[in-house]
Amino acid sequence: MKALVFAEQRDGKIKKTAFENVSLVKKLGMDFECAVIGDAVDAIELGKYGAAKVVHYKSAKLANYTPDGYAAVLADAMAKQGADVLVMGATSMGKDLGPRVAAKLNASMATDCTHIEMDGGDLKIVRPMYAGKVLATIKLTSAKKVVTVRPNVYAAEENPASAAVEEVASDVDFKTVVAEIVAGAKGKLDVTEADIVVSGGRGLKGPENWHLIEDLAAQLGAANGASRAAVDAGWRPHDEQVGQTGKTVSPSLYVAVGISGAIQHLAGMSSSKYIVAINKDPEAPIFKVADYGIVADLFEVVPRMIEELKNRN
Amino acid sequence: MNIAVCIKQVPDTETKVKISDDKKSIAEGDINFILNPYDEFGVEEALKLADGGEVTIISLGPDRVTSAIRSALAMGAHKAIHIKSDAVPADPGATADALVAVLKEGNYDLIFTGKQAIDDDHTQMASLLGEKLGIPAVNVVVKLEVSGGKVRAEREIEGAHEVVECPTPCVISAQRGLNEPRYASLKGIMAAKKIQIEAKDVNPGPNQLQIVEYNYPPQKSAGKIVGDSADAVPELIRLLNEEAKVI
Ligand SMILES: Cc1cc2nc3c(=O)[nH]c(=O)nc-3n(C[C@H](O)[C@H](O)[C@H](O)COP(=O)(O)OP(=O)(O)OC[C@H]3O[C@@H](n4cnc5c(N)ncnc54)[C@H](O)[C@@H]3O)c2cc1C
Ligand SMILES: Nc1ncnc2c1ncn2[C@@H]1O[C@H](COP(=O)(O)O)[C@@H](O)[C@H]1O
Repeated sequence: MKALVFAEQRDGKIKKTAFENVSLVKKLGMDFECAVIGDAVDAIELGKYGAAKVVHYKSAKLANYTPDGYAAVLADAMAKQGADVLVMGATSMGKDLGPRVAAKLNASMATDCTHIEMDGGDLKIVRPMYAGKVLATIKLTSAKKVVTVRPNVYAAEENPASAAVEEVASDVDFKTVVAEIVAGAKGKLDVTEADIVVSGGRGLKGPENWHLIEDLAAQLGAANGASRAAVDAGWRPHDEQVGQTGKTVSPSLYVAVGISGAIQHLAGMSSSKYIVAINKDPEAPIFKVADYGIVADLFEVVPRMIEELKNRN
Repeated sequence: MNIAVCIKQVPDTETKVKISDDKKSIAEGDINFILNPYDEFGVEEALKLADGGEVTIISLGPDRVTSAIRSALAMGAHKAIHIKSDAVPADPGATADALVAVLKEGNYDLIFTGKQAIDDDHTQMASLLGEKLGIPAVNVVVKLEVSGGKVRAEREIEGAHEVVECPTPCVISAQRGLNEPRYASLKGIMAAKKIQIEAKDVNPGPNQLQIVEYNYPPQKSAGKIVGDSADAVPELIRLLNEEAKVI
């Protein structure tokens, strides 16, 4: 079974999930090639992770993402590069694009996979459902297959090869245009992409105390997250919400500050590799999933953490 | 405008999901079913935009889904189609084929879905419908303007918003933030009871997604309470550094 790894780029830079997916298909021992879509793209980077063959579908019109344009190119790429399974990151782009390509190829698709293994000549795939309350092991029985893999689950392992990049001029028509990208707060790291996430909840008591979360996150190089209680209260924007009706995250470290650990919150973060909870209530359910906890007032603990980390950094 | 809203009935978020003994299905016994929370944003937006046109609710599933359809009608939707099926297929592509067959019979300017169904979490339907109908689809929309056959939609991406432009007809998947769904009024609930839900038998497409088995995620065992005051902070940082090796 041959894989095509779609290497997502934004602003000409390949996203980390593409490197993770190259590492994944290498680990599975699959025959694979990569596909890149865009204008000027640093496609050669893929070689660092072991990609030997990259086809760059190049067009100024395709510099920015367009779902129908990219889907048309990728469906052709699957045929041109002779692949059976399309592998991409379960990112905003991957989730938008994957089903479109799947529909074009009469393929079935598995979203947000957290584990993939070879089983005979077939792929055995695990994907969380019910926001992680259940893990489904599935097989895609269609001839062509599409899978999106959850970012941060597989490590991007350097494995230098020299990538041969073939440029193919692409011309497609599309109706859907990205007119502009409105950036959030400058340089803001998204919770789904971060290796460390620091989240705050109702225990923070108000937006005026959020500097504690921000400063702690800054010391750790982390993204800021929030519970739904903090979002509903209007303290934080919705794109920071972690949980069943927010974002699902799997960072290597998740720090929950003043968050009780309601079932809907746990659903979004319990697959994190390490969890730290800071809560003054020893009975708070968050401690049931935390690897390390401090049962104390966050207004004393968090400033101390910031100070200690500052001294280390 | 005539607008279709695809809705799914799902277990409420409090549900402790139980896997049946054969590990191939989810036990429905104690589940309290609700209208998928994201679909409420779709219904609300459709009602706001319809402007004299009709809002049609479409749902595929077993008989129990009529209660989710009634919730959407009670918010003010005008018509409803229930695609009868013993169960929702495991493969979202199969569901999409059935929805497409019904959507093609209507003349809809806009089609709404939710961002994601909170049971299966496929996050595929809007794009599948768009592709299968040959029209644009914009996912995870938090802001929407429609006028003169043109759509301008803002969708969430990592750390930013993408402003997307496309013509109607198109499919929009609704994300929280798009609007505040209205509560059904008593009058609305009574009126909804009088609306005849049209039942349809449509064969779903081929199921190409096979469930091998369901499992519970490995239980995290409760970890270590490092201390009960800020004095535990240095030890916590030492553990994160030396034991977990994450900082
Ligand atoms: C349909 C639906 C969907 C939902 N989806 C989500 C979701 O996606 N994400 C989500 O997070 N929630 C979600 N919820 C909400 C969820 O049920 C909880 O209400 C919410 O997670 C609670 O947020 P919290 O932990 O910040 O607040 P609380 O539960 O109020 O907890 C606050 C915690 O702070 C602690 N605390 C207070 N003061 C201090 C202090 N000084 N020092 C230390 N600790 C302190 C308290 O002991 C308490 O444990 C959903 C609910 C529903 C009904
Ligand atoms: N069985 C169904 N009937 C009608 N609409 C559905 C069905 N399944 C999914 N949808 C729609 O598609 C959206 C996304 O679902 P999914 O792709 O399964 O996560 C849902 O929020 C619904 O709007």
